Amino acid sequence: MFRYILRRLLQMVLAFFGTTLIVYALMFAGQGDPIQALAGERPVTAAQRAYLTEKYHLDATGVGGFFYRYFDYVKSLLQGDLGQSLTGRQIGDILQAAWPVTLKLALIALAVAIIFGVSAGVVAGIRRASIFDNSTLVLTLLVLGIPTIVLAPLAQFFLGVKWQLFPPTAGSQPTFYALLLPGIVLGSLSLATALRLTRTSVAENLRADYVRTARSKGLVKRRIVTVHVLRNSLIPVVTFLGVELGNLMSGAIITEGVFNIPGVGFNLFRGIRTEDGPLVVGIVSVLVVVYLVSNLVVDVLYAVLDPRIRYE
Amino acid sequence: MRVRRLAAWTALPLAVTLGLAACGSGGDGGSGGSGNSAVSIQIGEPKHLVPTNTTETAGAQVLTGLFSPLVDYDAQNKPYEVAAQSITSSDNKVWTIKLKDGFTFHNGQKVTSEDYINAWNYGAYAPNGQDSNYFFEKIAGYPDLQGKEPKAKEMSGLKKVDDLTFTVTLAEPYIDFRTMLGYTAFYPMPEAAFSAPGVLKDSYEQAPIGQGPFKMKGTWQHDSKIDVERYDAYPGEKPKVQNIEFRIYQQLTAAYADVLADNLDVLPTIPSESLSTAPTDLGDRYQTSPMSSFQFLAFPTFDKDYSSPDVRKAISMAIDRDEITKSVFKGSQQSARSFVSPVLPGYRENTAGKAGEFNPTEAKKLYQAAGGPKKIVISYNGDGGHKDWVDATVNQLKANLGVDAVGVAEPKFADLLTKVEKKTPVGAFRMGWVMDYPTMEDYLGPLYSTNGSSNYYGYSNPEFDRLVKEGSAAKTQDEAIAKYQQAEDILAKDMPVIPLRFGENVFGHSSKVKNVQMDLFQRVNLVKIEAAS
Repeated sequence: MFRYILRRLLQMVLAFFGTTLIVYALMFAGQGDPIQALAGERPVTAAQRAYLTEKYHLDATGVGGFFYRYFDYVKSLLQGDLGQSLTGRQIGDILQAAWPVTLKLALIALAVAIIFGVSAGVVAGIRRASIFDNSTLVLTLLVLGIPTIVLAPLAQFFLGVKWQLFPPTAGSQPTFYALLLPGIVLGSLSLATALRLTRTSVAENLRADYVRTARSKGLVKRRIVTVHVLRNSLIPVVTFLGVELGNLMSGAIITEGVFNIPGVGFNLFRGIRTEDGPLVVGIVSVLVVVYLVSNLVVDVLYAVLDPRIRYE
Repeated sequence: MRVRRLAAWTALPLAVTLGLAACGSGGDGGSGGSGNSAVSIQIGEPKHLVPTNTTETAGAQVLTGLFSPLVDYDAQNKPYEVAAQSITSSDNKVWTIKLKDGFTFHNGQKVTSEDYINAWNYGAYAPNGQDSNYFFEKIAGYPDLQGKEPKAKEMSGLKKVDDLTFTVTLAEPYIDFRTMLGYTAFYPMPEAAFSAPGVLKDSYEQAPIGQGPFKMKGTWQHDSKIDVERYDAYPGEKPKVQNIEFRIYQQLTAAYADVLADNLDVLPTIPSESLSTAPTDLGDRYQTSPMSSFQFLAFPTFDKDYSSPDVRKAISMAIDRDEITKSVFKGSQQSARSFVSPVLPGYRENTAGKAGEFNPTEAKKLYQAAGGPKKIVISYNGDGGHKDWVDATVNQLKANLGVDAVGVAEPKFADLLTKVEKKTPVGAFRMGWVMDYPTMEDYLGPLYSTNGSSNYYGYSNPEFDRLVKEGSAAKTQDEAIAKYQQAEDILAKDMPVIPLRFGENVFGHSSKVKNVQMDLFQRVNLVKIEAAS
């Protein structure tokens, strides 16, 4: 087990540098005129253009220029310096401010998905074709069908402005309560998926041989469900939720915008809009690490859930 | 045993969530019932908070609280002295600026003429890369500070006379210099801002020290907020509120929701999605006031399709401006038929003459006679909410000129400009202009002079350049305005661009504040705003 984890960690290093190279190349290829993008619709003064061009080596173009800038970036990255964004802020500071709030938001969303999604999924799986099963089916289809870009403003307007149950926006240092509504909105999609997955998986496992054996041994139904069925049913759900954590962090662009949360999604959006290569690569690097780690955790969890899976 | 381990795994994310949430209750003083709570104003994340490096509204809004300008503008948009005692010149070339006694920086230091001279020299020195660098180009000695390795660090035109007086010698006489001094770039910076002469501290813009009615409370919380409090030693007009929180929003729609819920006090711009519902949502808390923005359609005059002024005039006549301001902008903008904003001294109505009148039959005749292109393209930036009016305009051109017309979105304005500069055919393209200080020259010079900083359409008319120059060098305001007006008449003849709309401030506020006023630069007046009792 220990050797397996070590091997995986070494693979991560390679994956990390591979992704930064690719993302950097994509940003480099898509770069038009970052200085004008920063200035918006105003003319850029020659003085400022010269200053920024020199500071960020924006005059290094072509393949040679790309590798020059990329190695320059990696060199400072290895020294723990993520560089500066075009407005002169340390990217490290930007990430430091953005990550905690996005992590909180993603975890609330994940918690919502686990608590409501998995438990409702189990109930729906046990009582197939009941009223509960059918109504959750309709509800999840509805949620899966409404895009976040519609759901988030609607939730904000009705729950935040009209009935004033939640604060309409969360801000940068939100209370748990202020993050609840965006968390629910963000998690609703994962909730729906987790619910369907759990339901299918539970329904399938209830028909398995070992359940029949357990029943004929005279075990009570509750024990059969919680111990035997649930453990085997959770494997696909855990896989999904592990990957979903990364998705929730990077995919919160719309939710973060609507509820004014200056997190990772928003910064990613801003970086892309202002063609800020180092900022985008910095954020994506951290996202890559999140994905890799959550994948590893999922794989290790398999062994916990299913004794037949062993890692060498 | 296995069961318990599983339970632990499931519980882990929950525990982490709750733990994180518990330590993260920093709380923002968004709504506190007490009379001492801050008045909150929406802004975007400023790019910079250094006077000579701030050119966008968000930064300028914060700086108006922290600094006091030499001059401000009255209801007629004529300058009057604020931090200056007097600004005089006998020949409009050598200006003597006397400062009012009693102004201090927020660190207690007295404001002297040196603080102005140092700040301006810092802004003009090219290697500092300041965004407002070109505002100093009229001062003698400015060219010596340009280039990669400038010859000098100080402009020869700035001379200290005594602690409260200095003279500014311009390269050419410029009648509007006094008016110009109200701009953000001309604020002073204290000694404490510099680590060595001419070297600004990196930390300065995190908590700028100014000499204005408000001082920083803590530092700039990036992407979150900037808190300021009343500066009690300020000698000018005292603000009515103790604390102001500039709250940073990424999206206007989020800020609008907060205003409706009384969670935010002032929203300087109502998002376009809500323009139709805002008057009913907010009632008398929905307000409009004049603003200086000018939206127009520019033509690549070097492109043979659009090189004939008659083609451009015909297109202008085929656009029903009033219809578009009504249907698309819900009356939040005014139709424009002149080249300078109505807020300016010297503005005249309908200077575009016949070309500004909607006349489809005449337009079609003229268009065909002038041999306009079979397909008109209007390019715009897709990130600025321009799609609706461009589509409406294109449809009008189709109907009224009997040609094909199409709107093309570029991702960003920068992409559009890059294409125009490379002379890639983009057809006509939208542009906007907001003035820096209220003079006609600020509209005419940068946009249509042969070397104008925002002249992207290759327009060049020596006669026009001469008139603008003569206006700037005039002896009296009246004479200057007369020259500027003649220059504007040339634009009406040549029609390098088609005026479309003049903007307005459309803003809203919560029920917790009153007397919210906005100026021509889209800035909330921080001295006048009051808490509603």
